[in-house]
Amino acid sequence: MELIDLEKKFQEKIDKEIKIEPLDWMPEAYRKTNVRQISQHAHSEIVGMLPEGNWISRAPSLKRKAILIAKVQDEAGHGLYLYSAAETLGTSREQMIDDLHSGKAKYSSIFNYPTLTWADMGAVGWLVDGAAILNQVMLCRTSYGPYARAMVRICKEESFHQRQGFESLIVLSKGTAEQKAMCQDAINRWWWPSLMMFGPKDSESTNSDQSMKWKIKRKTNDELRQNFVDMIAEQVKLLGMTLPDPDLKWNEATKHYDFGEINWEEFWNVVKGNGPCNRQRLEARNKAHKEGDWVRAAALAHAEKRKNKLAKQDLAVA
Amino acid sequence: MNIQIRKFYYGDIPEENTGGSTIPQQDSGAQNAWPLWEVFIRSKQGLDHKHAGSLHAADAQMAIENARDVYTRRQEGVSLWVVESTHIHASNPDDADSLYEPAADKIYRHPTFYDLPDEVKHM
Repeated sequence: MELIDLEKKFQEKIDKEIKIEPLDWMPEAYRKTNVRQISQHAHSEIVGMLPEGNWISRAPSLKRKAILIAKVQDEAGHGLYLYSAAETLGTSREQMIDDLHSGKAKYSSIFNYPTLTWADMGAVGWLVDGAAILNQVMLCRTSYGPYARAMVRICKEESFHQRQGFESLIVLSKGTAEQKAMCQDAINRWWWPSLMMFGPKDSESTNSDQSMKWKIKRKTNDELRQNFVDMIAEQVKLLGMTLPDPDLKWNEATKHYDFGEINWEEFWNVVKGNGPCNRQRLEARNKAHKEGDWVRAAALAHAEKRKNKLAKQDLAVA
Repeated sequence: MNIQIRKFYYGDIPEENTGGSTIPQQDSGAQNAWPLWEVFIRSKQGLDHKHAGSLHAADAQMAIENARDVYTRRQEGVSLWVVESTHIHASNPDDADSLYEPAADKIYRHPTFYDLPDEVKHM
């Protein structure tokens, strides 16, 4: 079949909402876009463990500690589901890990911000996971089968993340004056970076809507961001806290919240590696990987030894 | 700032925007890479094992232990199978028409094809 016919058939399948599976023919650019997006998503889950891991040993109670450990363990699992999905496209795990560690591949910029107080654990769960969930719910319907299936699994687990975050902020919001101040401070620091998670404004996108056409994505950055603002602007009232945006107000005409301008210079700075924690995060990842090298080698050696031992036993029986 | 801005979302930042904190590449550790395994879970007694995903492990025992940690954190299953991915053989999607299409016009293979008197009741 000619390339043009293959591409036409491919698009027809997409238009008919037929999922694309690993062995199916797909345009090279579709494969590449998926590998890039899925692996960056996986990296985000893995690097996302670092700011939260920071608080495991200092959680204020055993209950909060158990919750935080469970959440961080989930993030590792989510990273693995996504790496596996990317591997079905023909890229290797090692290649992806290498690209993360060399700085070639990106992860969500949000994880380059520091977690300064315990309240940040609540704010991250509520705002960062809240923003992630909006994106991930959309991706449950993405056109590449393994990615969609990974997202379904992740979404099932993720809602606990947001709920535990909000609940821990509720506790702080009913606490002492210091705890209330800590809660508000965390919201102030995480609000704008959370809005940046959705990426640049649609109007500044020079790329064609290829990802929308291929149904890798189904909503634009601005649509998702607006959903997020509408959701959070209501929820923040339940905390008795405010969002740090003087321009935030309900617009009766659009039935949405209007909000202020995002600091895009900061956004690009963090993307380009100049955020508060970029260097620290990559160093932590590289260190962990390097220090785990002997474990990987030992496990292989052990598996080999056991295999030989079993083979000898079989020989003896025969 | 002379950056080509492309449309992307959370978790999808174009590589050409990479910069800054690049750390020199070390040994990839590829020589210590573990093989890939497919994981199948029986969600409860009486049901089939169903494909859940995949993972890397040095051997079958480790694959089961990892699968337990990764795929059954919320009581998703009571039994696990792991199969090294290289042992899975798949039909070719290009053959799908010739393999599965012939079944489409054999509606007489389905019980609903047959009209029976109402008096027969359950059959």
